[in-house]
Amino acid sequence: MKNLVILGAGTAGTMMANHLNHHLKQPEWQITIIDEREAHHYQPGYLFLPFDIYSPEDIVKTIEEFIPKNVELIKSKIDRISPNENKIELAGGKELPYDILIIATGAKIAPEETEGMKGSEWQKSVFDFYSFEGSLALRNKLREWEGGKLVVHITEMPIKCPVAPLEFAFLADSFFKHKNMRDKVEITYVTPLSGAFTKPKATEALEHLLEEKNINIESDFAIERVDNENKEIVDYGGKVIPFDLLVTVPTNKGDELLERSGMGDDLNYVPTNKATLQSKGYENVFVLGDASNIPASKAGSVAHFEAEILTENILRFIHGEPLKEEFDGHANCFIETGNSKALLIDFNYTHEPVEGTFPFPGLGPLRLLKESRMNHMGKLAFRWIYWNMLLKGTHIPFVSATMSESGKHYDKKTTNQSTLINQL
Amino acid sequence: METIINGFSITVNEEGYLTDFSQWNEQVAEKLATDASIELTPRHWEVLKYLQDEHMKQAALSIRRIGKSGVVDIKEFYQLFPVAPLKTATKICGIPKPASCI
Ligand SMILES: Cc1cc2nc3c(=O)[nH]c(=O)nc-3n(C[C@H](O)[C@H](O)[C@H](O)COP(=O)(O)OP(=O)(O)OC[C@H]3O[C@@H](n4cnc5c(N)ncnc54)[C@H](O)[C@@H]3O)c2cc1C
Repeated sequence: MKNLVILGAGTAGTMMANHLNHHLKQPEWQITIIDEREAHHYQPGYLFLPFDIYSPEDIVKTIEEFIPKNVELIKSKIDRISPNENKIELAGGKELPYDILIIATGAKIAPEETEGMKGSEWQKSVFDFYSFEGSLALRNKLREWEGGKLVVHITEMPIKCPVAPLEFAFLADSFFKHKNMRDKVEITYVTPLSGAFTKPKATEALEHLLEEKNINIESDFAIERVDNENKEIVDYGGKVIPFDLLVTVPTNKGDELLERSGMGDDLNYVPTNKATLQSKGYENVFVLGDASNIPASKAGSVAHFEAEILTENILRFIHGEPLKEEFDGHANCFIETGNSKALLIDFNYTHEPVEGTFPFPGLGPLRLLKESRMNHMGKLAFRWIYWNMLLKGTHIPFVSATMSESGKHYDKKTTNQSTLINQL
Repeated sequence: METIINGFSITVNEEGYLTDFSQWNEQVAEKLATDASIELTPRHWEVLKYLQDEHMKQAALSIRRIGKSGVVDIKEFYQLFPVAPLKTATKICGIPKPASCI
């Protein structure tokens, strides 16, 4: 019997267990999945929890519910991978051999990377919403906060769901409006990027929305430290931004497991072929979801597209066939903009988000890069789709793993409308 | 697009980054630095050379990586290139603007 072992039973690992369960059958194959947690969290819900839009019960379920019964689930911390010996070691010392390994251990916050972030003000006036505990503590704070300077901040890229901090700022605007206290709150969005987002067309649309909602933006801010005493964030260039309430997205890193195993880069992400999802170091090790270093969004939708392609590649690998270089970085994200509206963006490695309709060219019903209520309904429906379709590996009708260009308004002009460097 | 920098004919993209590293030389760098109000000292050159070497090794450049390089710490990097240091320094040394992943 051969062993396929999946590390991590979060979004990506669970989807792979469900996909592969259809193809790799006992007694020839045993699939095993390992996670140290009891619960599966719907992380996109961490964005809504602070505003009392979702409650903890909406976003936490048991891991078991989503793992097919022929797949063995081991609840244990994974201590290390020995990729040269094709085995992994669990925290108690137990060893497990594998023929094929899938790494899906995700990414998590590392506030300790920034001086003073986890200081005396942590969870008093300095919060994160990228962890369940952080998001819940922030909810309790927001229930009683009386206003002042709210600073929404990104420490460094890459982060999971790179639009979530912007959504947080939009939802905060809407939240305080409904509480009739928007005039008591000054909102500032602080980013290490040069603008609201990394892609030009989306940046334009999003900066327009920030302005409309009276949210200040501070860009190119590379944080050096949090000053707990004076309640300020300070950047390496000496820029200082005061806060009464800081909602920060700390540095995101892969799990220390990868550092212990000597398989991660400087942020513990695993070097991975961006088209095949095979690890660069070992041909029988594959990586998907937030754990890899590929230049795609760290998002559940990306993991979903990856899972379809990786399933095929693992079957090809088993049959000794060449891997398909098919993954194109496809991402599809709803962006909550407050007041029950949302934007939708759809993009990949080479195509930035543009306007248009989705998923049916010319029809929609969802509109790309434009605020609408339908998009907001889409975002809320995403939670249902996540629990009932995504995790189970059900293909979502009409949405393909690789991006479609139809129905989208790409610039026909060839690029490079260059500005002139002053000539000497 | 084509432009002339210090008498050299150079191709740059819409943000002013060289599109062909083989067209880069020290005089071009001097001019690009002047445009960014920076006077290049030997210390600047050490950092620029490091960035070029890393780029040739196809390493993804980030402020974090530079801070850990042992060549320069982040504080000094900011002193050398005060405004958006990574973007400015990569432009001056003729390599592409680092893509911050999304
Ligand atoms: C605030 C927020 C909002 C988001 N919004 C969206 C959105 O709107 N749309 C979207 O598509 N995506 C969104 N995301 C991103 C999405 O949640 C992640 O991209 C997705 O969950 C990644 O799946 P994964 O399987 O790679 O990692 P995870 O789901 O994080 O799973 C990793 C698993 O590995 C386990 N693990 C790690 N290390 C070990 C170890 N050493 N031993 C044992 N177990 C281990 C963990 O316990 C965990 O269960 C959001 C994320 C956040 C934080």
